[in-house]
Amino acid sequence: MTLTSAPPTPPRPKRRVGDRIFAGSASGSGILILLVLAGVAIFLIGEAWPAITAAAADLPGGQTLTAYIGPLVFGTLIAAVIALLVATPLAVAIALYITYYAPRRLATAMGYVIDLLAAIPSVVYGFWGIAALAPALVPLYGWLAENLGFIPLFAGPASATGRTMLTIGLVLAVMILPIISAISREVFSQAPALHREAALALGATRWEMIRMAVLPYGKSGVIGGAMLGLGRALGETMAVAIVLSGSGGITFNLISSSNPSTIAANIALQFPESTGLAVNTLIASGLALFAITMAVNMLARWIVNRRADFSGAN
Amino acid sequence: MSTQTSPAPAPVTERPGPVQSHRRLPRFAATGLYLAGLVLGALLSALTGFNLALTVVYGAVLGTLAVWLTSRAVEGRRKGTDRLVTCIVTTAFVIAMVPLASLVYTVLDNGLRRFDAAFFNSSMLGVVGEGGGAYHAIFGTLIITLLTTVISVPIGLLAAIYLVEYGTGRLKRAITFLVDVMTGIPSIVAGLFAFALFALFFGPGVRLGVMGAIALSVLMIPVIVRSSEEVLKLVPNELREASYALGVPKWRTIVKVVIPTAIAGLGTGVTLAVARVIGETAPLLVTVGIINGTNLNPFEGRMATLPVFAFYQLTQPGYPPELAIERAWTAALVLIMLVMALNVVARLISRFFAPKTGR
Repeated sequence: MTLTSAPPTPPRPKRRVGDRIFAGSASGSGILILLVLAGVAIFLIGEAWPAITAAAADLPGGQTLTAYIGPLVFGTLIAAVIALLVATPLAVAIALYITYYAPRRLATAMGYVIDLLAAIPSVVYGFWGIAALAPALVPLYGWLAENLGFIPLFAGPASATGRTMLTIGLVLAVMILPIISAISREVFSQAPALHREAALALGATRWEMIRMAVLPYGKSGVIGGAMLGLGRALGETMAVAIVLSGSGGITFNLISSSNPSTIAANIALQFPESTGLAVNTLIASGLALFAITMAVNMLARWIVNRRADFSGAN
Repeated sequence: MSTQTSPAPAPVTERPGPVQSHRRLPRFAATGLYLAGLVLGALLSALTGFNLALTVVYGAVLGTLAVWLTSRAVEGRRKGTDRLVTCIVTTAFVIAMVPLASLVYTVLDNGLRRFDAAFFNSSMLGVVGEGGGAYHAIFGTLIITLLTTVISVPIGLLAAIYLVEYGTGRLKRAITFLVDVMTGIPSIVAGLFAFALFALFFGPGVRLGVMGAIALSVLMIPVIVRSSEEVLKLVPNELREASYALGVPKWRTIVKVVIPTAIAGLGTGVTLAVARVIGETAPLLVTVGIINGTNLNPFEGRMATLPVFAFYQLTQPGYPPELAIERAWTAALVLIMLVMALNVVARLISRFFAPKTGR
């Protein structure tokens, strides 16, 4: 080379055809996922549009779209909230038991059993709910209506079949338990060993160690896990469709036989027999469900990821 | 044991007061007290007519109280609280196991009645009342799941490769975040999406096996991306660098080095993803429907699938209802067995095809 050459350019890496094809298809797949997510929103809006713009008289039941979806949204939210209130404390306890209380050898087996709970199909939970749980709860509902009837939640009259809002809340709680406990378990086991050992070395009991070193560290993980469970409970379809006898409007009475249905269960039950504008109305309700679950999931992921950003430093 | 310790300084350090008490309960005292509480609970419940649920509730409360109060009196406040929390956490764990045991028992109890040859080799075509089976539904489920896997695995795997090997900056962050969000899409919404997509081209009322496969792919792809991404990240960077140093192009490095190293984890992830979608009911309900006869062509007409079959046999049993309900339970049992088998296969894959590199 001569001295007059321009600033030395490094030899360009050779672009091979194979590399280009592979890189292209890999990033194409990544972008395809974004397109699918956008497609879900676009196609749902497209199919829901006729129902959104239609006159109230043409819709099923002859009422406006908000009047149709309103009670469903209410039912969806109340069932999911019951599930969350029941499942979160239990899930945290399970996670603590597996990570810090159970014998080490048993703990992995127990974790595996809990994960299996998550894999059981939702339709089977529905079968179990209607065959085992609902009949078992009927005496409890009778007792609640008799003794705690002054609380609006238990006003009664108690359902004779047990197919009530409270039952479905409990079924959903069992279903989301493994999700919340899996995430809690993960964050609890990641609590820094140095903090834990330092606490124990200072004479803390096991519970004090957990309270001071593990729970503060795992708090946002538990919140995020609970919200993921909430998202799952909101969208759960088959168990609700089988167990809940949904008929009726907005009510806080959890143990009577008239309950609002949920969005997902209503779609599953009505869709196969629907035609024309009724289909569009159901898809509009599905769009509402999509929006609610997306919001909950995004919030949950944001909370979980925020923890991930900080966790590396300690 | 501690018989050898010198006794001399003990009187000096021992101070009265709640700060530190060295008295401890004997080793099995807590367990014994808890059991005593359970027995007392059983007696209490027997007074008002025996009831299993009440026995457990009384027993757990009394046992916990017994342990807490005794430990508090003997060992002090802090140790007492510790024992109380141990009791509560253990009890909560046992409570959480109850539904699982009950579920397995119920499904086995009801499902084994029709767990016979006829269930596996006859369809519901022309069946009224007795007999009939889920041959058509089992094959429908297998075909649709296979189709879903064929669609989802390449896309999911390539997307994971993009995220680990190629992706940078904002696009990578967006895809990671949205894949996470996508894992939370309600299954029924995925079904509605597939319906809306096909209704656009084929008109409303269309029901095809492939629609179900598309709907399930929307649910399966994010699961595969997540699990594959985790596994690919575990492949040590030294292996990639060694390959580049030998002049191997990037795509061959990925195909020949990265993927073979991670193959066990990838196989486990895919198997678990299949287990997750094989039991999905709602999307198939709105996209594939149900028929009584056998249709093995996913590109033409309705198909039967095991979960949808179980759902309709239970909720629309016809007359006499008992026979259809028994078929529904057996279908549920077969479904659980499929899911369990897939989980076991996933475990075996991760055990036997574990990476050969040291970790």
